[in-house]
Amino acid sequence: MSPSKQDFILAVEGLTVSFDGFKAVNDLSLYLEPKEIRVIIGPNGAGKTTVLDLICGKTKATEGSIKFQGKELTKMSEHGIVRAGVGRKFQNPSIYEDLTVFENLEVSYPAGRSVIGALAFKRDAEVIKAVEEVAETIFLTEMLHQEAALLSHGQKQWLEIGMLLIQKPDLLMLDEPVAGMSVAERKKTAELLRVITENHTVLVIEHDMQFVGDIADRVTVMHQGKVLSEGSIDHVKQDPKVIEVYLGH
Amino acid sequence: MKANLFFEWLKSREGIYYLLLALLLVVVFPLALDSFRLNMVGKYLTYAFAALGLVLCWGRSGILSLGQGIFFGLGGYCMAMFLKLEASSPENTAIQSTPGIPDFMDWNQLTALPWFWEPFHSFSFTLIAVLAVPALLAFIIAVAMFKRRVGGVYFAIITQAIAAILTILIIGQQGFTGGVNGITDLRTLMGWDIRTDEAKTLLYFVCVGMLFVCLIVGAWVMRSKLGRILLAMRDQEDRVRFSGYDVASFKIFVFCLAAMFAGIGGAMFTLQVGFMSPSFVGIVPSIEMVILCAVGGRNSLLGAIYGALIVNAAKTFFSESFPELWLYGLGVLFIAVVLAFPDGLAGLYRRYVMPLESKLPAMLRRSASTAPTLPVEEAK
Repeated sequence: MSPSKQDFILAVEGLTVSFDGFKAVNDLSLYLEPKEIRVIIGPNGAGKTTVLDLICGKTKATEGSIKFQGKELTKMSEHGIVRAGVGRKFQNPSIYEDLTVFENLEVSYPAGRSVIGALAFKRDAEVIKAVEEVAETIFLTEMLHQEAALLSHGQKQWLEIGMLLIQKPDLLMLDEPVAGMSVAERKKTAELLRVITENHTVLVIEHDMQFVGDIADRVTVMHQGKVLSEGSIDHVKQDPKVIEVYLGH
Repeated sequence: MKANLFFEWLKSREGIYYLLLALLLVVVFPLALDSFRLNMVGKYLTYAFAALGLVLCWGRSGILSLGQGIFFGLGGYCMAMFLKLEASSPENTAIQSTPGIPDFMDWNQLTALPWFWEPFHSFSFTLIAVLAVPALLAFIIAVAMFKRRVGGVYFAIITQAIAAILTILIIGQQGFTGGVNGITDLRTLMGWDIRTDEAKTLLYFVCVGMLFVCLIVGAWVMRSKLGRILLAMRDQEDRVRFSGYDVASFKIFVFCLAAMFAGIGGAMFTLQVGFMSPSFVGIVPSIEMVILCAVGGRNSLLGAIYGALIVNAAKTFFSESFPELWLYGLGVLFIAVVLAFPDGLAGLYRRYVMPLESKLPAMLRRSASTAPTLPVEEAK
């Protein structure tokens, strides 16, 4: 029943990265279908963040292939991967604190990405509309002209998600999007992710099992750089290996 | 439509600051200072070019270069080579064993003009070289460093090392460069004697004009999306990279632009001071340029210009009165700026003077005799 290779938006095969002999990710394979929400869980040091680093090009793979919409990502530059349609949110909110919310989104808007293009870039009606639309999605319409440094932690996380959304990526990778958020903020974030996944494939790293259950289509459990278990949330919750290394503790 | 926008801008707060600076440089100084002092102000302003570049490169983009003297020197040497060739006409150098080549070459037993001096017979080539030579070297350095993601302290140290290397090279190649004395005894520019008081006054205005060109280019870059990307890059380089930008190309651009500004400054220096020597290329002048920028406010283009004026004026004053103390004074000044007011004079101005400014109209209404003061005086 598994779809043929062409149907996967992301196909990771035999991915290995070795840091001085230590294999942080070891022969990992992972397949994502379009519009799927996949959550990666696992104990600390399992290599979850490293997988995202490998996909977005921050870390170069030692072996293996990452195919995204038929393109081999392991040979591409970081900005090339972004332009191919992969967006990545970091664990700690990385936003530009000295710029306003509007400017944060505008800098992320996918136009004027070359030196000349950036010099010639005009803030036209289309840009303003795109920024306002995204701002509404991420609940920041009211704060549009405030400095980003003044946002709360949760709002910063949303802003970074918004900065990805405005790039209209096909694959969104989020590293612990609800870490440090209040209960109310978590609820809103889950709601936000549901809106996002109508049009995007999403790969999320998360620890909060409640939140994982809320959003995930499928869950991949990683342990020591390998896939330990994969399937629906109920399936992995009952997997004795998963209980042993992760859930039991 | 465009003109209207320009007048609107002139009436804005920022426009008024630019006007005040123009007023100070074009009207106040020429009227208040004698020709000798005005020429000195012109010399101070040549460092402001390098400081403007540092605002873009260091303040805005977080790339600290301790080697702006390299580019200042290259620009200056390009201009000096042209002027020297003009001063070394066969008639002027008839007593040499090889007439028609610069005197220092003759002293070093050179019998023909080296090939790389030949194009500097042309003034248009020289003008291009003043921009292109610094930009080209900056481009090579920047590509080599930024493509490999060398940054921060390492980059600063490498630029400093290159400044040292270039100084040693210039001093060592005496026959080609004039060595430690530099290129001296420059006389005329296309037959126009640059040593007279009138010429120096005119060159001062040319310098101010060029400074405003660089200022406006700098302000335009800062206001463009590129300026916001540079700021974003300074704070979150990875976020910019993973937003689809080739970070290295932006760093290369801003470093080359800063080098070109410094090159223009160097050329204006040669024209106004009448010589160029390795002492304006090396580590000490490069660090002085960073201090000018830091004192003025590394995030403010206008601040950099005031910083260049004030620090250099202080340098002249102190080296006239207590020559041995100046370097210590400069060091103390730098430490004070870093510790106490990291945003420099511009930061102090924003914090203490700007709030007063908004109250000013009300105060004016109350007492018509309270005259608005120039920002430069308050910034002091």
